[in-house]
Amino acid sequence: MNKPAVHIENLSVYYGQTSAIADVCLDVADREYLGVIGPNGGGKSTLLKAILGLVPVTSGAVRIYGESPMRNRSLVGYVPQFAAMDKLFPITVTEVVLTGCLKPGLSPLFRFSSKNKRDVSRLLEQVGIAGLANRRISDLSGGEFQKMLIARALARKPRLLLLDEPTASVDAVSRNQIYSLLAELNKNMTIILVTHDLLAISSQVHRLACLNRHLVYHGEPQLTEHVVNSLYGCPVDLIAHGVPHRVLKEHKEEGVTR
Amino acid sequence: MIQALSEYQFLQNALLSGIFASIVCGIIGVIIVEKRLVMMSGGIAHTAYGGVGLGYLLGFEPILGAFLFSICAALGIGYIRRKGSTNSDVIIGLFWSLGMALGILFIALMPGYPPDMSSYLFGNILSVTKANLYLIIVLTVIVVLVIVTLYNDWKAYLFDEEFASILGIKTALLNYLLLILVAMSVVVLIRVVGIILVLALLTAPAATAGLLTADLKKRMLYAVLLGNVFCISGLWISYQMNIASGASIVILSAAFYFALYAVKSVVRKWKGRKIRES
Repeated sequence: MNKPAVHIENLSVYYGQTSAIADVCLDVADREYLGVIGPNGGGKSTLLKAILGLVPVTSGAVRIYGESPMRNRSLVGYVPQFAAMDKLFPITVTEVVLTGCLKPGLSPLFRFSSKNKRDVSRLLEQVGIAGLANRRISDLSGGEFQKMLIARALARKPRLLLLDEPTASVDAVSRNQIYSLLAELNKNMTIILVTHDLLAISSQVHRLACLNRHLVYHGEPQLTEHVVNSLYGCPVDLIAHGVPHRVLKEHKEEGVTR
Repeated sequence: MIQALSEYQFLQNALLSGIFASIVCGIIGVIIVEKRLVMMSGGIAHTAYGGVGLGYLLGFEPILGAFLFSICAALGIGYIRRKGSTNSDVIIGLFWSLGMALGILFIALMPGYPPDMSSYLFGNILSVTKANLYLIIVLTVIVVLVIVTLYNDWKAYLFDEEFASILGIKTALLNYLLLILVAMSVVVLIRVVGIILVLALLTAPAATAGLLTADLKKRMLYAVLLGNVFCISGLWISYQMNIASGASIVILSAAFYFALYAVKSVVRKWKGRKIRES
């Protein structure tokens, strides 16, 4: 039997005295497309960082294709939150994607090969921003920026792709393009997608994990009102930002402390 | 001034130290500005004052004391900041004031008349000795080699440290290396503009270059060229008007930045109005 892409066993992560994730067990099969939803502060980004080995695990274990995150990190592509990026940094789209081709450790006098550059051109074409190769990142829209970050993650030729809210700060057209791209990529790789886009995600992913520090739900992607309300621990409203969207109306749960 | 330059060794030393200082402040300055490490660099610079005081007290070259204290401050601030257990502003503030306080204490403990510290506080490019110049050259070469050799790693680290870490790039090592390079740059610049004015020469050419180009490599090159223009012009003004060289260099750098900023703002507004009208 194939090893799961991700195996998470009784995972708990604390930041100081504050619990970010508590006792989470989760398996993600190879070539699965998993959506992760939950309220702000529910531990979604922390879950991705634990899979990447970027945060110290308080208890439990994470395995990527049967090995520790540090050992198999080269198999993982990561698309961080748009809001965390420095959009004014003096760098072009091609240069950003080329950083995905850098080798581990330090590479004195490293020069990108012509194969690296060809790969980057192909990736930019694949994500639909080939015409922006020499554009400064400060001139990109939210959707173009996200596509560039996806191309950078793909430059590592990952088997597992982690995305942290790739459709935040993105217009409806770009959002649909990103979902189509991810569906295409899923033919060859496992995808874990963190999002707040509750309605859209149901039609995109194979399985859904609902995280509010604990794993509240893990199963079929069709969300019932009961699941959503139990996830957020309070009622949610349906509002419109051009498209239907569920958002948190009221969330009074206090942080769990140890 | 050119005739004086050929006659006087101290002027030649001043010119050469200005040129090397410009190279350092251009390259490291751009990184500091992009990585938002300006205040941390200020903390490292001011901690160096303790080393200058210790040098005078124990009878060794004060600039070596500044070097030692700067390196310790860089590593100390970097370690505490990386552990994330304390607000880095607090740590920078404490190192900043502790270094100054130690400098004052060491000078006070010296027997006899205290030395004149103003050339270390405010810089005096005209008092750069041959030994100072050799140290400046060695440190400049180290800074340039480290940045140029690892340029692509630096770029990935500066743009997105988390992603660089995921790639397996040794970001912790780069972080400490950067702080050590900042400490070296501070030592190079102390003789030129002084501890108090170091920040201006680290930020002004880099910030001015940031107004001129959106390419990292070009930004470093422009910052080096601008630094040279500011240092040589400041030195000339200082020589002609018999005023402090550090002050003239810094005032020139800051004035140029603000003037260019104002011109760019006016041009941007004018272009915006043109577009709206059409």
